[in-house]
Amino acid sequence: MRTRFQQELDQLRTRLLRMGGMAEQAVDRACQAYVDRDLNRCHMVLEGESKINEAEREIDELAFDLLAMQQPMAVDLRFILAVTKINSDLERVGDQAVNIAERVMDLVELPKADLPVDIARMAAAASAMVRRALESFIEGKAELAQAVLEMDNVVDRMRDDAFINLVKTMNERPDVTRQALDALLVARNLERVADHATNIAEDVIFWVRGADVRHNAQQENPPQEITPRVTGN
Amino acid sequence: MGVGIKVDHLNAWFGKVQALHDISMEIAANHATAIIGPSGCGKSTFVRCLNRMHETVPDARASGKVRIGDLDIYNGTAAVTVRRRIGMVFQKPNPFPTMSIYDNVAAGLKLNGFHDRKRLNEIVERSLKLSALWDEVKDTLRKKSGASLSGGQQQRLCIARALAVEPEVLLMDEPCSALDPISTGKIEELIFELKENFTIVIVTHNMQQASRVAEFTGFFLLGKLIEFDRTEKIFTTPSDKRTEDYITGRFG
Repeated sequence: MRTRFQQELDQLRTRLLRMGGMAEQAVDRACQAYVDRDLNRCHMVLEGESKINEAEREIDELAFDLLAMQQPMAVDLRFILAVTKINSDLERVGDQAVNIAERVMDLVELPKADLPVDIARMAAAASAMVRRALESFIEGKAELAQAVLEMDNVVDRMRDDAFINLVKTMNERPDVTRQALDALLVARNLERVADHATNIAEDVIFWVRGADVRHNAQQENPPQEITPRVTGN
Repeated sequence: MGVGIKVDHLNAWFGKVQALHDISMEIAANHATAIIGPSGCGKSTFVRCLNRMHETVPDARASGKVRIGDLDIYNGTAAVTVRRRIGMVFQKPNPFPTMSIYDNVAAGLKLNGFHDRKRLNEIVERSLKLSALWDEVKDTLRKKSGASLSGGQQQRLCIARALAVEPEVLLMDEPCSALDPISTGKIEELIFELKENFTIVIVTHNMQQASRVAEFTGFFLLGKLIEFDRTEKIFTTPSDKRTEDYITGRFG
Protein backbone atom coordinates (compact mmCIF):
# COMPACT_ATOMS: atom_id res chain seq x y z
CA MET A 1 0.00 0.00 0.00
CA ARG A 2 1.45 3.36 -1.03
CA THR A 3 0.27 5.21 2.07
CA ARG A 4 1.92 8.54 1.35
CA PHE A 5 0.59 8.59 -2.19
CA GLN A 6 -2.93 7.83 -0.94
CA GLN A 7 -2.63 10.67 1.58
CA GLU A 8 -1.60 13.03 -1.21
CA LEU A 9 -4.55 11.92 -3.33
CA ASP A 10 -6.81 12.65 -0.34
CA GLN A 11 -5.23 16.07 -0.05
CA LEU A 12 -5.90 16.71 -3.74
CA ARG A 13 -9.53 15.67 -3.27
CA THR A 14 -9.94 17.93 -0.22
CA ARG A 15 -8.43 20.94 -2.00
CA LEU A 16 -10.64 20.45 -5.04
CA LEU A 17 -13.73 20.23 -2.85
CA ARG A 18 -12.73 23.41 -1.04
CA MET A 19 -12.35 25.12 -4.39
CA GLY A 20 -15.70 23.69 -5.51
CA GLY A 21 -17.26 25.25 -2.41
CA MET A 22 -15.77 28.63 -3.29
CA ALA A 23 -16.98 28.49 -6.92
CA GLU A 24 -20.46 27.39 -5.89
CA GLN A 25 -20.66 30.17 -3.30
CA ALA A 26 -19.52 32.74 -5.90
CA VAL A 27 -22.37 31.77 -8.26
CA ASP A 28 -24.92 31.84 -5.44
CA ARG A 29 -23.72 35.26 -4.29
CA ALA A 30 -23.72 36.72 -7.80
CA CYS A 31 -27.25 35.47 -8.45
CA GLN A 32 -28.50 36.72 -5.11
CA ALA A 33 -26.86 40.07 -5.94
CA TYR A 34 -28.86 40.09 -9.20
CA VAL A 35 -32.13 39.40 -7.44
CA ASP A 36 -31.50 41.95 -4.61
CA ARG A 37 -29.49 44.46 -6.74
CA ASP A 38 -26.88 44.15 -3.99
CA LEU A 39 -23.51 45.80 -4.71
CA ASN A 40 -21.96 44.39 -1.54
CA ARG A 41 -22.36 40.85 -2.75
CA CYS A 42 -20.93 41.86 -6.13
CA HIS A 43 -17.78 43.09 -4.42
CA MET A 44 -17.53 39.85 -2.42
CA VAL A 45 -17.63 37.87 -5.68
CA LEU A 46 -14.93 40.03 -7.26
CA GLU A 47 -12.71 39.73 -4.19
CA GLY A 48 -13.22 35.98 -4.03
CA GLU A 49 -12.00 35.46 -7.60
CA SER A 50 -8.31 35.74 -6.73
CA LYS A 51 -8.71 33.03 -4.06
CA ILE A 52 -10.29 30.72 -6.62
CA ASN A 53 -7.48 31.42 -9.09
CA GLU A 54 -4.88 30.73 -6.41
CA ALA A 55 -6.60 27.48 -5.45
CA GLU A 56 -6.63 26.44 -9.13
CA ARG A 57 -2.89 27.00 -9.39
CA GLU A 58 -2.16 25.06 -6.18
CA ILE A 59 -4.28 22.10 -7.26
CA ASP A 60 -2.57 22.00 -10.67
CA GLU A 61 0.84 22.09 -8.99
CA LEU A 62 -0.01 19.23 -6.65
CA ALA A 63 -1.49 17.17 -9.50
CA PHE A 64 1.57 17.86 -11.65
CA ASP A 65 3.88 16.77 -8.81
CA LEU A 66 1.93 13.56 -8.28
CA LEU A 67 2.03 12.73 -11.99
CA ALA A 68 5.79 13.30 -12.09
CA MET A 69 6.76 11.73 -8.77
CA GLN A 70 4.31 8.85 -8.34
CA GLN A 71 3.67 7.66 -11.91
CA PRO A 72 0.03 6.87 -11.13
CA MET A 73 -1.78 4.14 -13.01
CA ALA A 74 -5.35 3.15 -13.79
CA VAL A 75 -7.92 4.57 -11.36
CA ASP A 76 -5.34 6.85 -9.71
CA LEU A 77 -4.23 8.21 -13.08
CA ARG A 78 -7.83 8.78 -14.14
CA PHE A 79 -8.54 10.48 -10.80
CA ILE A 80 -5.67 12.95 -11.18
CA LEU A 81 -6.56 13.72 -14.80
CA ALA A 82 -10.19 14.24 -13.79
CA VAL A 83 -9.13 16.54 -10.94
CA THR A 84 -7.08 18.76 -13.25
CA LYS A 85 -10.01 19.10 -15.65
CA ILE A 86 -12.60 19.67 -12.91
CA ASN A 87 -10.20 22.23 -11.44
CA SER A 88 -10.21 24.17 -14.69
CA ASP A 89 -14.01 23.99 -14.94
CA LEU A 90 -14.44 25.26 -11.38
CA GLU A 91 -12.18 28.20 -12.09
CA ARG A 92 -14.37 29.03 -15.10
CA VAL A 93 -17.48 28.75 -12.91
CA GLY A 94 -15.83 31.39 -10.75
CA ASP A 95 -15.27 33.53 -13.87
CA GLN A 96 -18.96 33.24 -14.79
CA ALA A 97 -19.87 34.43 -11.28
CA VAL A 98 -17.62 37.44 -11.80
CA ASN A 99 -19.30 38.16 -15.16
CA ILE A 100 -22.72 38.03 -13.48
CA ALA A 101 -21.53 40.35 -10.70
CA GLU A 102 -20.27 42.84 -13.29
CA ARG A 103 -23.66 42.76 -15.04
CA VAL A 104 -25.36 43.46 -11.72
CA MET A 105 -23.04 46.43 -11.09
CA ASP A 106 -24.19 47.82 -14.44
CA LEU A 107 -27.85 47.07 -13.69
CA VAL A 108 -28.02 48.86 -10.33
CA GLU A 109 -27.25 52.11 -12.16
CA LEU A 110 -30.47 51.65 -14.17
CA PRO A 111 -34.13 51.83 -13.16
CA LYS A 112 -35.57 48.49 -12.07
CA ALA A 113 -37.46 46.77 -14.88
CA ASP A 114 -39.93 43.93 -14.77
CA LEU A 115 -38.54 41.38 -17.25
CA PRO A 116 -39.98 38.08 -18.57
CA VAL A 117 -37.15 35.94 -17.20
CA ASP A 118 -36.81 34.03 -13.94
CA ILE A 119 -33.07 34.38 -13.25
CA ALA A 120 -33.49 33.08 -9.69
CA ARG A 121 -35.00 29.83 -10.96
CA MET A 122 -32.33 29.42 -13.60
CA ALA A 123 -29.62 30.17 -11.02
CA ALA A 124 -31.08 27.55 -8.69
CA ALA A 125 -30.99 24.96 -11.48
CA ALA A 126 -27.41 25.79 -12.52
CA SER A 127 -26.20 25.85 -8.89
CA ALA A 128 -27.90 22.53 -8.21
CA MET A 129 -26.01 21.03 -11.15
CA VAL A 130 -22.66 22.23 -9.80
CA ARG A 131 -23.55 20.96 -6.33
CA ARG A 132 -24.65 17.55 -7.59
CA ALA A 133 -21.63 17.23 -9.86
CA LEU A 134 -19.42 17.86 -6.81
CA GLU A 135 -21.47 15.37 -4.78
CA SER A 136 -20.90 12.75 -7.47
CA PHE A 137 -17.17 13.52 -7.14
CA ILE A 138 -17.28 13.19 -3.33
CA GLU A 139 -19.18 9.91 -3.50
CA GLY A 140 -17.30 8.63 -6.55
CA LYS A 141 -20.66 7.65 -8.05
CA ALA A 142 -21.10 7.69 -11.81
CA GLU A 143 -24.92 7.38 -11.47
CA LEU A 144 -25.09 10.73 -9.66
CA ALA A 145 -22.92 12.28 -12.38
CA GLN A 146 -25.17 10.78 -15.06
CA ALA A 147 -28.16 12.55 -13.47
CA VAL A 148 -26.32 15.88 -13.81
CA LEU A 149 -25.88 15.33 -17.55
CA GLU A 150 -29.61 14.90 -17.87
CA MET A 151 -30.25 18.23 -16.08
CA ASP A 152 -28.32 20.22 -18.67
CA ASN A 153 -31.18 20.20 -21.17
CA VAL A 154 -33.46 21.91 -18.65
CA VAL A 155 -31.05 24.84 -18.24
CA ASP A 156 -30.48 25.02 -22.01
CA ARG A 157 -34.24 25.34 -22.50
CA MET A 158 -34.41 28.08 -19.87
CA ARG A 159 -31.67 29.98 -21.71
CA ASP A 160 -33.52 29.59 -25.05
CA ASP A 161 -36.78 30.83 -23.50
CA ALA A 162 -34.94 33.75 -21.91
CA PHE A 163 -33.43 34.66 -25.27
CA ILE A 164 -36.77 34.61 -27.13
CA ASN A 165 -38.63 36.55 -24.43
CA LEU A 166 -35.93 39.14 -23.81
CA VAL A 167 -35.35 39.88 -27.50
CA LYS A 168 -39.11 40.38 -27.82
CA THR A 169 -39.01 42.74 -24.84
CA MET A 170 -36.17 44.73 -26.41
CA ASN A 171 -38.23 45.19 -29.56
CA GLU A 172 -41.40 46.14 -27.74
CA ARG A 173 -39.92 48.24 -24.90
CA PRO A 174 -36.76 50.02 -26.06
CA ASP A 175 -36.54 51.89 -22.70
CA VAL A 176 -35.50 48.66 -20.91
CA THR A 177 -33.14 47.37 -23.62
CA ARG A 178 -30.05 47.65 -21.41
CA GLN A 179 -31.69 45.85 -18.53
CA ALA A 180 -32.93 43.13 -20.91
CA LEU A 181 -29.48 42.82 -22.43
CA ASP A 182 -27.90 42.45 -18.97
CA ALA A 183 -30.48 39.80 -18.07
CA LEU A 184 -29.77 37.99 -21.34
CA LEU A 185 -26.05 37.95 -20.61
CA VAL A 186 -26.67 36.68 -17.07
CA ALA A 187 -28.85 33.89 -18.51
CA ARG A 188 -26.02 33.02 -20.85
CA ASN A 189 -23.52 33.03 -17.96
CA LEU A 190 -25.76 30.66 -16.01
CA GLU A 191 -26.09 28.36 -19.00
CA ARG A 192 -22.28 28.28 -19.13
CA VAL A 193 -22.15 27.40 -15.43
CA ALA A 194 -24.44 24.47 -16.22
CA ASP A 195 -22.11 23.45 -19.07
CA HIS A 196 -19.16 23.43 -16.67
CA ALA A 197 -21.18 21.29 -14.24
CA THR A 198 -21.82 18.91 -17.13
CA ASN A 199 -18.09 18.77 -17.88
CA ILE A 200 -17.40 18.00 -14.21
CA ALA A 201 -19.96 15.19 -14.27
CA GLU A 202 -18.37 13.76 -17.43
CA ASP A 203 -14.97 13.82 -15.73
CA VAL A 204 -16.38 11.97 -12.72
CA ILE A 205 -17.75 9.28 -15.05
CA PHE A 206 -14.33 9.06 -16.72
CA TRP A 207 -12.65 8.68 -13.34
CA VAL A 208 -15.06 6.08 -11.96
CA ARG A 209 -15.83 4.04 -15.07
CA GLY A 210 -12.91 4.87 -17.33
CA ALA A 211 -15.46 5.82 -20.00
CA ASP A 212 -15.32 8.93 -22.13
CA VAL A 213 -18.89 10.24 -22.42
CA ARG A 214 -17.99 13.64 -23.83
CA HIS A 215 -19.73 14.75 -27.01
CA ASN A 216 -21.64 11.46 -27.10
CA ALA A 217 -18.35 9.61 -27.59
CA GLN A 218 -18.64 5.92 -28.40
CA GLN A 219 -18.17 3.89 -25.26
CA GLU A 220 -16.96 0.80 -27.05
CA ASN A 221 -13.30 0.44 -27.93
CA PRO A 222 -12.41 1.22 -31.53
CA PRO A 223 -11.86 -1.78 -33.79
CA GLN A 224 -8.54 -3.44 -33.05
CA GLU A 225 -6.14 -5.03 -35.42
CA ILE A 226 -5.22 -7.79 -33.00
CA THR A 227 -7.22 -8.72 -29.95
CA PRO A 228 -5.44 -10.54 -27.13
CA ARG A 229 -7.29 -13.64 -26.20
CA VAL A 230 -7.39 -15.35 -22.87
CA THR A 231 -9.42 -18.26 -21.68
CA GLY A 232 -9.53 -20.19 -18.46
CA ASN A 233 -9.56 -18.81 -14.88
CA MET B 1 10.12 -13.15 -38.84
CA GLY B 2 8.46 -13.68 -35.49
CA VAL B 3 5.71 -16.20 -34.97
CA GLY B 4 2.70 -16.24 -32.71
CA ILE B 5 2.53 -18.32 -29.54
CA LYS B 6 -0.59 -20.18 -28.53
CA VAL B 7 -0.78 -21.45 -24.97
CA ASP B 8 -3.56 -23.89 -24.08
CA HIS B 9 -4.34 -24.98 -20.53
CA LEU B 10 -0.74 -24.79 -19.40
CA ASN B 11 -0.03 -26.03 -15.88
CA ALA B 12 3.37 -26.21 -14.20
CA TRP B 13 4.62 -27.75 -10.99
CA PHE B 14 7.73 -27.71 -8.82
CA GLY B 15 7.41 -31.12 -7.17
CA LYS B 16 3.95 -31.07 -5.61
CA VAL B 17 3.62 -27.32 -5.66
CA GLN B 18 1.60 -26.04 -8.59
CA ALA B 19 3.16 -22.85 -9.93
CA LEU B 20 0.89 -22.24 -12.94
CA HIS B 21 -2.81 -22.94 -13.17
CA ASP B 22 -4.53 -23.49 -16.49
CA ILE B 23 -2.99 -20.66 -18.47
CA SER B 24 -4.44 -20.06 -21.92
CA MET B 25 -3.46 -17.11 -24.06
CA GLU B 26 -2.40 -16.12 -27.53
CA ILE B 27 0.72 -14.02 -27.96
CA ALA B 28 0.79 -11.99 -31.15
CA ALA B 29 3.64 -12.37 -33.64
CA ASN B 30 6.00 -9.42 -34.10
CA HIS B 31 4.69 -7.61 -31.04
CA ALA B 32 6.04 -7.23 -27.52
CA THR B 33 3.98 -8.80 -24.76
CA ALA B 34 4.76 -7.92 -21.15
CA ILE B 35 4.15 -10.28 -18.26
CA ILE B 36 3.68 -8.51 -14.94
CA GLY B 37 2.76 -9.57 -11.42
CA PRO B 38 4.12 -9.69 -7.87
CA SER B 39 7.09 -11.86 -6.92
CA GLY B 40 6.20 -15.53 -6.90
CA CYS B 41 3.18 -15.12 -9.18
CA GLY B 42 4.58 -17.52 -11.78
CA LYS B 43 5.60 -15.07 -14.50
CA SER B 44 9.18 -16.37 -14.82
CA THR B 45 7.94 -19.95 -14.66
CA PHE B 46 5.54 -19.10 -17.47
CA VAL B 47 8.22 -17.82 -19.84
CA ARG B 48 10.50 -20.70 -18.90
CA CYS B 49 7.72 -23.05 -19.99
CA LEU B 50 7.71 -21.37 -23.40
CA ASN B 51 11.21 -22.64 -24.19
CA ARG B 52 11.13 -25.77 -22.05
CA MET B 53 13.60 -24.46 -19.54
CA HIS B 54 11.18 -25.12 -16.70
CA GLU B 55 11.81 -28.86 -16.97
CA THR B 56 15.55 -28.36 -16.36
CA VAL B 57 14.77 -27.82 -12.66
CA PRO B 58 14.73 -31.16 -10.75
CA ASP B 59 11.17 -32.36 -10.03
CA ALA B 60 9.67 -29.64 -12.23
CA ARG B 61 7.07 -30.56 -14.84
CA ALA B 62 4.47 -28.98 -17.05
CA SER B 63 1.30 -30.05 -18.81
CA GLY B 64 -0.81 -28.48 -21.51
CA LYS B 65 -0.09 -27.29 -24.99
CA VAL B 66 2.25 -24.60 -26.27
CA ARG B 67 2.51 -23.89 -29.98
CA ILE B 68 5.28 -21.65 -31.23
CA GLY B 69 4.22 -20.94 -34.77
CA ASP B 70 3.62 -24.42 -36.20
CA LEU B 71 5.76 -26.16 -33.59
CA ASP B 72 3.99 -28.05 -30.82
CA ILE B 73 6.79 -27.78 -28.25
CA TYR B 74 5.52 -30.34 -25.72
CA ASN B 75 4.55 -32.95 -28.25
CA GLY B 76 7.52 -34.91 -29.51
CA THR B 77 9.77 -31.93 -30.21
CA ALA B 78 13.31 -32.05 -28.83
CA ALA B 79 14.01 -29.36 -26.22
CA VAL B 80 17.13 -28.30 -28.15
CA THR B 81 15.07 -27.66 -31.29
CA VAL B 82 12.66 -25.54 -29.24
CA ARG B 83 15.43 -23.48 -27.67
CA ARG B 84 17.03 -22.84 -31.04
CA ARG B 85 13.84 -21.13 -32.17
CA ILE B 86 13.37 -19.25 -28.92
CA GLY B 87 16.13 -17.04 -27.59
CA MET B 88 16.27 -16.02 -23.96
CA VAL B 89 17.81 -13.10 -22.11
CA PHE B 90 18.05 -13.17 -18.35
CA GLN B 91 17.90 -10.68 -15.51
CA LYS B 92 21.64 -10.61 -14.94
CA PRO B 93 23.85 -10.34 -18.02
CA ASN B 94 25.70 -13.65 -18.32
CA PRO B 95 28.31 -13.43 -21.08
CA PHE B 96 30.89 -16.23 -21.18
CA PRO B 97 33.61 -14.44 -19.21
CA THR B 98 36.65 -16.01 -20.84
CA MET B 99 35.42 -15.65 -24.40
CA SER B 100 35.96 -12.62 -26.63
CA ILE B 101 33.00 -10.50 -27.69
CA TYR B 102 33.07 -12.23 -31.07
CA ASP B 103 33.12 -15.72 -29.59
CA ASN B 104 30.30 -14.87 -27.20
CA VAL B 105 28.03 -14.01 -30.13
CA ALA B 106 29.20 -16.94 -32.24
CA ALA B 107 29.01 -19.47 -29.40
CA GLY B 108 25.52 -20.79 -30.15
CA LEU B 109 26.26 -21.27 -33.82
CA LYS B 110 29.61 -22.95 -33.21
CA LEU B 111 27.96 -25.26 -30.70
CA ASN B 112 25.58 -26.28 -33.46
CA GLY B 113 28.49 -27.18 -35.69
CA PHE B 114 28.46 -24.00 -37.78
CA HIS B 115 32.01 -23.14 -38.82
CA ASP B 116 31.79 -21.17 -42.08
CA ARG B 117 34.18 -18.34 -41.20
CA LYS B 118 32.81 -15.76 -43.64
CA ARG B 119 29.19 -16.48 -42.77
CA LEU B 120 30.03 -16.42 -39.06
CA ASN B 121 31.56 -12.95 -39.45
CA GLU B 122 28.42 -11.75 -41.19
CA ILE B 123 26.12 -13.16 -38.55
CA VAL B 124 28.18 -11.75 -35.65
CA GLU B 125 28.16 -8.30 -37.26
CA ARG B 126 24.44 -8.46 -38.04
CA SER B 127 23.58 -9.64 -34.50
CA LEU B 128 25.69 -6.93 -32.87
CA LYS B 129 24.08 -4.33 -35.14
CA LEU B 130 20.62 -5.63 -34.27
CA SER B 131 21.44 -5.37 -30.58
CA ALA B 132 22.78 -1.82 -31.11
CA LEU B 133 26.24 -2.75 -29.78
CA TRP B 134 28.23 -2.92 -33.02
CA ASP B 135 29.49 0.68 -33.06
CA GLU B 136 30.77 0.39 -29.50
CA VAL B 137 32.67 -2.90 -29.93
CA LYS B 138 33.55 -3.29 -33.62
CA ASP B 139 37.21 -2.39 -33.07
CA THR B 140 37.75 -4.73 -30.13
CA LEU B 141 35.68 -7.71 -31.16
CA ARG B 142 38.41 -10.30 -30.70
CA LYS B 143 40.58 -8.44 -28.23
CA LYS B 144 38.16 -7.78 -25.42
CA SER B 145 36.31 -10.36 -23.36
CA GLY B 146 32.57 -10.16 -22.86
CA ALA B 147 33.11 -9.60 -19.17
CA SER B 148 35.09 -6.40 -19.79
CA LEU B 149 32.00 -4.58 -21.06
CA SER B 150 29.70 -2.45 -18.89
CA GLY B 151 26.52 -4.02 -17.49
CA GLY B 152 24.34 -2.46 -20.19
CA GLN B 153 26.74 -3.53 -22.93
CA GLN B 154 26.91 -7.06 -21.49
CA GLN B 155 23.14 -7.29 -21.63
CA ARG B 156 23.12 -6.15 -25.27
CA LEU B 157 25.87 -8.71 -25.92
CA CYS B 158 23.61 -11.40 -24.47
CA ILE B 159 20.82 -10.19 -26.73
CA ALA B 160 23.20 -10.39 -29.73
CA ARG B 161 24.15 -13.93 -28.65
CA ALA B 162 20.48 -14.88 -28.50
CA LEU B 163 19.77 -13.31 -31.90
CA ALA B 164 22.73 -14.98 -33.63
CA VAL B 165 20.92 -18.32 -33.86
CA GLU B 166 18.08 -16.52 -35.63
CA PRO B 167 15.24 -17.33 -33.26
CA GLU B 168 11.64 -16.40 -33.97
CA VAL B 169 10.81 -15.54 -30.38
CA LEU B 170 12.87 -13.65 -27.82
CA LEU B 171 12.03 -14.20 -24.16
CA MET B 172 13.36 -11.56 -21.77
CA ASP B 173 13.20 -12.19 -18.04
CA GLU B 174 13.60 -8.81 -16.31
CA PRO B 175 16.35 -7.80 -18.75
CA CYS B 176 16.83 -4.33 -17.29
CA SER B 177 16.53 -4.90 -13.57
CA ALA B 178 20.32 -4.76 -13.09
CA LEU B 179 20.84 -1.79 -15.42
CA ASP B 180 20.95 1.98 -14.97
CA PRO B 181 18.32 4.20 -16.65
CA ILE B 182 20.50 4.95 -19.68
CA SER B 183 21.27 1.30 -20.40
CA THR B 184 17.61 0.51 -19.71
CA GLY B 185 16.62 3.13 -22.28
CA LYS B 186 18.89 1.52 -24.87
CA ILE B 187 17.44 -1.94 -24.27
CA GLU B 188 13.91 -0.55 -24.50
CA GLU B 189 14.74 1.18 -27.79
CA LEU B 190 16.14 -2.11 -28.96
CA ILE B 191 12.99 -4.01 -28.04
CA PHE B 192 11.08 -1.57 -30.18
CA GLU B 193 13.28 -2.25 -33.18
CA LEU B 194 13.51 -6.00 -32.65
CA LYS B 195 9.74 -6.36 -32.80
CA GLU B 196 9.94 -6.00 -36.56
CA ASN B 197 11.69 -9.35 -36.83
CA PHE B 198 10.93 -11.18 -33.61
CA THR B 199 8.09 -11.89 -31.23
CA ILE B 200 9.05 -10.60 -27.81
CA VAL B 201 7.83 -11.72 -24.41
CA ILE B 202 9.21 -9.65 -21.56
CA VAL B 203 8.83 -10.31 -17.86
CA THR B 204 9.18 -7.12 -15.88
CA HIS B 205 8.64 -5.75 -12.41
CA ASN B 206 8.76 -2.26 -13.82
CA MET B 207 5.27 -1.29 -14.89
CA GLN B 208 6.44 1.86 -16.62
CA GLN B 209 8.69 -0.34 -18.69
CA ALA B 210 5.81 -2.63 -19.61
CA SER B 211 3.74 0.37 -20.63
CA ARG B 212 6.60 1.80 -22.68
CA VAL B 213 7.60 -1.26 -24.69
CA ALA B 214 4.72 -3.71 -24.89
CA GLU B 215 1.55 -3.64 -26.95
CA PHE B 216 -0.01 -6.36 -24.80
CA THR B 217 0.26 -7.07 -21.10
CA GLY B 218 -0.71 -10.09 -19.03
CA PHE B 219 -1.15 -9.83 -15.27
CA PHE B 220 -0.32 -12.96 -13.26
CA LEU B 221 -1.29 -13.57 -9.65
CA LEU B 222 -0.76 -16.75 -7.61
CA GLY B 223 0.03 -18.72 -10.75
CA LYS B 224 -3.08 -17.60 -12.63
CA LEU B 225 -3.44 -15.29 -15.58
CA ILE B 226 -5.85 -12.74 -14.19
CA GLU B 227 -6.07 -10.37 -17.13
CA PHE B 228 -4.59 -10.12 -20.59
CA ASP B 229 -5.31 -7.15 -22.79
CA ARG B 230 -3.84 -4.29 -24.74
CA THR B 231 -1.28 -2.51 -22.57
CA GLU B 232 -3.04 0.85 -22.58
CA LYS B 233 -6.23 -0.85 -21.38
CA ILE B 234 -4.39 -2.65 -18.56
CA PHE B 235 -2.75 0.54 -17.31
CA THR B 236 -5.66 2.93 -17.71
CA THR B 237 -8.86 0.93 -17.26
CA PRO B 238 -8.14 -2.66 -16.22
CA SER B 239 -11.19 -4.92 -16.09
CA ASP B 240 -10.25 -6.87 -12.98
CA LYS B 241 -10.08 -5.30 -9.53
CA ARG B 242 -6.99 -7.40 -8.68
CA THR B 243 -5.12 -5.97 -11.66
CA GLU B 244 -6.08 -2.45 -10.66
CA ASP B 245 -5.06 -3.04 -7.03
CA TYR B 246 -1.68 -4.34 -8.15
CA ILE B 247 -0.79 -1.67 -10.68
CA THR B 248 -1.91 1.13 -8.37
CA GLY B 249 0.26 -0.26 -5.58
CA ARG B 250 -2.61 -1.20 -3.28
CA PHE B 251 -1.01 -4.59 -2.77
CA GLY B 252 2.06 -6.49 -3.88
